[in-house]
Amino acid sequence: MILTQQLILGLLVGGLYGLAAAGLSLTFGVLRVLNVAHGELLMLGGYGTFWLFTLWQIDPFVSLFGVGPAMFALGLILYWALFQFVVKAHEEARIKNSLLIGFGLTLVLHTLAIRFWTADERAVTTAYAGAVLWLGGYAIPLVRLSSLVLAFAVLTALHLFLARARWGRAIRATAEDWEAAALMGIPVGKTYLLAFALGTALAGIAGGLVSISYSISPSIGMEWTLKALIVVVLAGLGSLFGSFAGGILLGLAEATSVVFLGGPYREVVGLILFLIVLIVRPQGLFGGRG
Amino acid sequence: MRLLTAGILLAAGCAALPMISARNDLLNLGVQIFLAVALAQSWNLLGGYAGQINLGHAAFFGLGALVTRALWVGGAPLLLSLASGALVAAACGCLIGMPAFRLRGAYFAIGTLAFSEILRITTGNLMPEISTIPARALAVYSIVPRYYLTLVLAVVSVTVVALLVHSRVGLGIQAVREDEAAAEATGVGAFRHKLLALALSTAMAGLTGGAFAYYHVSYYPQHTFSPAWTFDAVLISFIGGVGTVHGPVLGALFYVILKEVLALQLVELHLLIFGALFILVVLFLPGGLVEAWSRARGLIAHRD
Repeated sequence: MILTQQLILGLLVGGLYGLAAAGLSLTFGVLRVLNVAHGELLMLGGYGTFWLFTLWQIDPFVSLFGVGPAMFALGLILYWALFQFVVKAHEEARIKNSLLIGFGLTLVLHTLAIRFWTADERAVTTAYAGAVLWLGGYAIPLVRLSSLVLAFAVLTALHLFLARARWGRAIRATAEDWEAAALMGIPVGKTYLLAFALGTALAGIAGGLVSISYSISPSIGMEWTLKALIVVVLAGLGSLFGSFAGGILLGLAEATSVVFLGGPYREVVGLILFLIVLIVRPQGLFGGRG
Repeated sequence: MRLLTAGILLAAGCAALPMISARNDLLNLGVQIFLAVALAQSWNLLGGYAGQINLGHAAFFGLGALVTRALWVGGAPLLLSLASGALVAAACGCLIGMPAFRLRGAYFAIGTLAFSEILRITTGNLMPEISTIPARALAVYSIVPRYYLTLVLAVVSVTVVALLVHSRVGLGIQAVREDEAAAEATGVGAFRHKLLALALSTAMAGLTGGAFAYYHVSYYPQHTFSPAWTFDAVLISFIGGVGTVHGPVLGALFYVILKEVLALQLVELHLLIFGALFILVVLFLPGGLVEAWSRARGLIAHRD
């Protein structure tokens, strides 16, 4: 009974884990840079939604249409200012430098967020925030269900873009082999720029959904970066829906642990799972390129 | 040679300070700087010389602090407590390193990041109360032995790295950083050398954490696992000059003193400045202050 209820909640939060991971997996898969400030970008998206709601009473689900493009623009700026210098290096140095720059970026964004929004926990509380759908004795919070559906819709749209559109195919070709892609006349630099901005927009949308269904504070960045990393490790690279499934898997694992170990160890369970996968089945990690 | 002389003079000057001045704020600042030197040097050994990015250095600092504090408060001799802390930190370091070093890329960095978060959350859950030095120890608390202990620690950490760099093993470690395949081809075991650098680095971080536990009167155990310690170590190494012996010393002086000044005026915002400075250094001045200095000298020499 309690387990089922927790599993439902785990499923709902898992979709957001998947969305957060999809952005990270996209930038890592295409640019071969690992942006450990991904969680901080998510946090910024959350505050964007929070601001639009508090200052202008814009419905949070509507404001995602503003937050997404705004975060896309931020992604363009970040790539132009920082990451374009990173991708000039060879693969080993790319990963190393991106880790360091992302690490510095977490410090900058975290401090800025405290400055702008204080260290308090915030959440977007709409009139319909408490609405619950009862299904056979189990409670399903409507806002979280909508978030899950939206997360799935965003990933589907992105999937279609990558599969069909000209630039989407350019992104996939670059992810597979950037040198061959360059020889085929694909502008690799612009493709990188687009992929990074898309990853940032995904983080922003995920953050907006987090601020609606859960809560945000300047310190959630690290937590969400780790969630996204765990999911990427569980699911491997390359498939958006794989990330979504991995996210749901993590959500369910956490939910199970809440029932058997109690709430405080929720975060630890995912991390231990992560270390075990890292030790036992590292080929699942990052597509096994090592 | 001039660096060696400068280092000896600096250490001797620091050692003489408590005899000249008994100002507590000055001695406390000294302890901060020495801890920063040792912590940054421990990160530099692995990050600068072996080329392995540890994003969870706080885990090993925290483990050292945790073990040392528990044993020392429990009545064990200080040196034994410190050694145990270092040992536990190094053992855990190898535990993470053994699987992660068999693979390249980001595995080690994110493995250590996850490890430090596990420890931070678990310590917060298990030990939510503040840890304070017991009354009998507090009654005889004096800053001077803390000052000397951390000074010795800083000197030892610099000496270890300086000796290691020119040793056979140290050259092997650097060869692995430059090109793993080439190192393996010439008979330098990459895995063995990386693991050795990691063990030394984490032991040193554990010792620094232990010294912190001996120095600080009261703190939350969770605090020693805070990512802020990792930030400090990485920032100081890079601002000073990663992969050099004297870089972390310069970085620690620069960082701790500037932090004191900026924190007074800007409170939290000083982190913004350091974060931005760090990103700029990584992108445009990967050799830090050391490189800036040699470039400036080159410019002046060129003009003559």
